[in-house]
Amino acid sequence: MDKLHLTHHISQQFNEELEDLRNRVLTMGGVVEHQIAEATRALVDANGRLGEEIARSDYRVNSMEVAIDEEATRILARRQPAASDLRLIISIIKTITDLERIGDEAEKIARLAAQLAEIDRPAQGYVELEHLAGTVRKMLHEALDAFARLDAEAALRVARTDNRVDHMYDSIARQSITFMMEDPRTIRRALDTMWCARALERIGDHASNICEYVIFLVGGKDVRHTTIEQMEEVVGAERAARGEAREESGEAE
Amino acid sequence: MSNGAETETREASRTSAAGNEQDRRGGIRLSVNPSQAGEQPRRPEGPIKLSVRNLNFYYGEFRALQDITLNIPEHKVTAFIGPSGCGKSTLLRSFNRIYELYPNQRAEGEVLLDGQNVLDRRQDLNRLRARIGMVFQKPTPFPMSVYDNIAFGVRLYERLSTAKMNDRVEWALRKAALWDEVKDKLKQSGHGISGGQQQRLCIARAIAIMPDIVLLDEPTSALDPISTQYIEELIHELKSDYTIVIVTHNMQQAARVSDYTAFMYLGELIEYGDTDTIFTNPAKRQTEDYITGRYG
Repeated sequence: MDKLHLTHHISQQFNEELEDLRNRVLTMGGVVEHQIAEATRALVDANGRLGEEIARSDYRVNSMEVAIDEEATRILARRQPAASDLRLIISIIKTITDLERIGDEAEKIARLAAQLAEIDRPAQGYVELEHLAGTVRKMLHEALDAFARLDAEAALRVARTDNRVDHMYDSIARQSITFMMEDPRTIRRALDTMWCARALERIGDHASNICEYVIFLVGGKDVRHTTIEQMEEVVGAERAARGEAREESGEAE
Repeated sequence: MSNGAETETREASRTSAAGNEQDRRGGIRLSVNPSQAGEQPRRPEGPIKLSVRNLNFYYGEFRALQDITLNIPEHKVTAFIGPSGCGKSTLLRSFNRIYELYPNQRAEGEVLLDGQNVLDRRQDLNRLRARIGMVFQKPTPFPMSVYDNIAFGVRLYERLSTAKMNDRVEWALRKAALWDEVKDKLKQSGHGISGGQQQRLCIARAIAIMPDIVLLDEPTSALDPISTQYIEELIHELKSDYTIVIVTHNMQQAARVSDYTAFMYLGELIEYGDTDTIFTNPAKRQTEDYITGRYG
């Protein structure tokens, strides 16, 4: 579980501070996940009131971001963390920025859901959007899981999913364009659908960003702006290095 | 941050025509070359000043250094860190054979200074110590004037006219960032200035004989934070002319002043490489535990 031995500091207080900070990130992630789920529900059930309510509650995520940032700054100033501790703080500061942006996207979806609830729905409802929302929510959930368990391999698996999300977005966009061409009266609905899909696709991007931070945290290599193949190489090298280290110290997995 | 237009543009530039993985990620390559992934911290590059080969050190029967091999690069700051008793000071003291002042201490192996073995019996110790200066934990000014503290060492090696000696003393004091503070007190006792000034006086004394290497053994552990910063600034200034090796218990200090860091534990060299990597992503668990304050 604790691959980086985050709770092995001589200073018990430092252990607690880092643990608390990590828990707060996971709590914030939980809140953001809930926002996506509720915004999607508002969209699928054509529940305008729920949509507005969720859109209004984004401030909670924002204030969590500020609070975690403050705590991270305080730890940097007072503890001068190094190595994995430093990487943990840096990853946390970056992760919460992406989480906050995901919150913004969820707010957008909730607002669009409120608008779409007012107009006619397509015959089959919003199944594609629901499906896309399910996929990105799972991505986020697993990215946060990978963060909690410091699991670079799991993070890599989640990052790979992003490709699929991009394809799903493409297909929704094409479908919306077809609708608009066939019947101009659906333009408003089709545009809103596209905005929703766009917001969901971005949530997928933010979730893969979080995965990149997890890989950085565990392996110490920055994999932003690299291809999936390069990320695989980094994670593979990290796995090999860990294997060697275990052999050296004679530990069992 | 709000979900305004700013976010839109930033995201748009990142997520060009959504879909194609290659398009999205292939554009910019700012980060590391993944072929370097998982590799050890970088070893010193450029000319090597001091090369330690299979060095073992004994206090009587006790073997305090275990087969140490490392290269100290020229005009760089190299820091030795590690817990008490790990051998970092012992290693430093073997470079100028200062251990020979004590009975029952001996070194085996090679310490090559510009290719010449320092540990060779035929090595002239006076010449050696003129090339490798040393500053200790506690300021140790001689019981004489500030001026003579510096001139004393110079007189051992060189015969200078009074004018030239005056120049040399001023040069060394300026180099040690002490001149402005002591220029009116040159005839006063070296003990009459503050601890931080005394330590800088010792550094001035070490560089006055124009050595190649300056060894610093915990140079700031007895000083207040302001004096410490002066010394650290000085180390940074001096490295363009000298090769500097520093032993320190203060890890933040090693991180601040050094180019390369060696972590030692129980007489062994555990990890050695560029300071940036050692302090952000060390390869060895023991190094990580030490610099982050974990118990092993």
